[in-house]
Amino acid sequence: MTHKTCECEEKARKMLSAEAKEIVEAVGAGKEMAIPILQEIQKRHGYLPLDLLKAVCRHADFSEAELYGVATFYSQFRFKPRGKHPIKVCIGTACHVGGAAAVLDALCDELKTEVGGTTADGKYSIETVACIGCCSLAPVMMVGDQAVGNLDPLQLKKALKKVSE
Amino acid sequence: MTNVIPEDKQRIIVGLGSCGIAAGAKHIHEFFSRQIEERAIASSVELDITSCAGMCYAEPLVEVVDGDGSRTLYGSVDEQVALRILQEHVLGGKPVDAAVLDAHAADTDTHRFLSRQKKIVLRNCGVINPESIDESIAAGGYSALKKALAMKPAEVIEAVLTSGLRGRGGAGFPTGRKWQLVAQNPGKGEAKTKYIVCNADEGDPGAFMDRSTLEGDPHSVIEGMIICAHATGATDGYIYCRAEYPLAVRRLQIAIKQAKEKGFLGKDILGSGLNFKIKVKEGAGAFVCGEETALMQSIEGRRGMPTKRPPYPAVSGLWGCPTNINNVETFANIPWIVMHGGEAYAAIGTEKSKGTKVFALAGKVKRGGLVEVPMGITIRDIVEQIGGGSNTGRALKAVQMGGPSGGCIPASLFDTRVDYDEVTKTGAIMGSGGMLVMDETTCMVDVARFFLNFTQNESCGKCTFCRIGTKRLLEILTRITQGHGKIEDIDELDALARSINKGSLCGLGQTAPNPVLTTLKYFREEYVEHIEKKKCRAGVCKALIKYTVTDKCTGCTACARVCPTQAITGQRKQRHAINQAACIKCGRCYLRCNFNAIVIE
Repeated sequence: MTHKTCECEEKARKMLSAEAKEIVEAVGAGKEMAIPILQEIQKRHGYLPLDLLKAVCRHADFSEAELYGVATFYSQFRFKPRGKHPIKVCIGTACHVGGAAAVLDALCDELKTEVGGTTADGKYSIETVACIGCCSLAPVMMVGDQAVGNLDPLQLKKALKKVSE
Repeated sequence: MTNVIPEDKQRIIVGLGSCGIAAGAKHIHEFFSRQIEERAIASSVELDITSCAGMCYAEPLVEVVDGDGSRTLYGSVDEQVALRILQEHVLGGKPVDAAVLDAHAADTDTHRFLSRQKKIVLRNCGVINPESIDESIAAGGYSALKKALAMKPAEVIEAVLTSGLRGRGGAGFPTGRKWQLVAQNPGKGEAKTKYIVCNADEGDPGAFMDRSTLEGDPHSVIEGMIICAHATGATDGYIYCRAEYPLAVRRLQIAIKQAKEKGFLGKDILGSGLNFKIKVKEGAGAFVCGEETALMQSIEGRRGMPTKRPPYPAVSGLWGCPTNINNVETFANIPWIVMHGGEAYAAIGTEKSKGTKVFALAGKVKRGGLVEVPMGITIRDIVEQIGGGSNTGRALKAVQMGGPSGGCIPASLFDTRVDYDEVTKTGAIMGSGGMLVMDETTCMVDVARFFLNFTQNESCGKCTFCRIGTKRLLEILTRITQGHGKIEDIDELDALARSINKGSLCGLGQTAPNPVLTTLKYFREEYVEHIEKKKCRAGVCKALIKYTVTDKCTGCTACARVCPTQAITGQRKQRHAINQAACIKCGRCYLRCNFNAIVIE
């Protein structure tokens, strides 16, 4: 049976393979490089595209199963793209006691999405994080890499506008 | 303190730690930078950065150093205050008294916050620019390394043993003994490989001591590691840092590069023949990786699952080589100990807990921040004197120490001394240094549920008791907070908690029940109340509370406008009412009301 691939498919496959090779060459191919490789992929794409994970394994010292096992173990890694402004709401102890749950609810209402979800316009996605270490400003969230503290569930719109301009 | 900057120049130093940045310090830094450029005063005024000075409650912090070396610290600086500092102090020569934080004047918040502290680990935090090795050296950095390299390895270990330093990650194992074990081991293979790992995977929610140390003075940690390499004969070092701390990672990388350039890292360090290099490994968001065997699995590129001990890492650690693992704070103590001698360190603290401990003080307290106190101080001193007591005026109920592995110490035991053994007696643990203050509005059952939710999520799944046991504990706690608890549940919680402790391999599982056990021990009546009276006295558990409008209501309609379910009805200028069937208890009306007319029952 002959399987005919069109030119663009072939081109995409080659590009994927070239990117995988580039990543492995830049980071390293050893088994201990599994996490740094995943981090590099996520830095480039914002998430882990499965095709790229498979392609990477052809150039590195670990199997697909091993890499997937590592990727699913650590909460930093995602298999779905995030919004342009990823929001991480801190639900650590100080934030919990300071009312993080109310902030999270209000944020989901405000953006009409849920934890783990992305807004319809792709602008924001909401995740939770166990603690970002800005406990004295609780409740806190990170928008992109910017921390916003002293959140008030009623003033979230203002806080969002300020950081995502 | 620093002699790097020419003496006739004035310096404006902005505190750019993570919490400072979150409070708006970056904005203030940009403001000064713009002003200095616009006013063309760069030849006489230098803008510099530092990191967390520990006074999180007064962020953003700005310090002005005048030509004669005198330093003036300003707190809660916004753009208006920044402009005044520039005009009145920097250009006019007269400090802006209203915003000054004076540590020397008695009866000021700053004095109360600082006077009981003893800074060893945080000696340079908030003082030097953490991105400049020259400032670090001017402040005494790497002089301990030079001293240590002139000593025999055994002498260095002896000094650490004498100091009585115990592991600051929480378990409190004597650091000198750990070093001794690694030093005695010849190392693996012909290369005699041994490793040093700095555990910077600070995962406890509510703890930020290590982050601040790494952001504020990365060189002290690096110096501590190099001294350890000399003492133990290790050749390679790793710093395993939490991924949620991007600034700490960046500053570490800058510091390592600078240390290499100065010859403190690499081959034949300072001509001593010592070879040592350090790599930074970023974690990927797994709490269990703070456990040493899981951490090593993670460095090796695997799923971070703990392994059986023995063999201990000192015998067989990373890739089967002898490995010394210490926490960030432990390493940061080392240069001070080498410089001042073990006896000087041992002179601070109690009989079995020596030196100082850094705490991340947060929660319902007036002055939250990073505090370093001598061991032996009471919890009351930390909470009431340094922290200034409750920030709401409500009575304090407990402090939570040690995060998810620790427990709640009730206000009646606030005279407990900060000492590994004394704290353990209460059922909590010293832990890595999280200290969260709780008042009457904190529900202890909810706190236990919160921590169990955390540990349940973070359990790696290897041990049945941890994997399933924490899930069952969480189910019971959730049931109680939802008003479906049975009185037998209390005994079941207790029995299950003890089984999980016995049946788990690593510290995560063994200590996961601590929040349940301590709240049961000290706040059993709250559990009983939730179960029998269906009442949450703190007003936290949604299923057990009800928001109602009292006759203080002026009919301003503000509450109705923020209600997401339109549960609030009422005419303008008339008392409103909440439809309990539609109310989802989000609490937004309660927060919104300007007249305290909405109450929680």
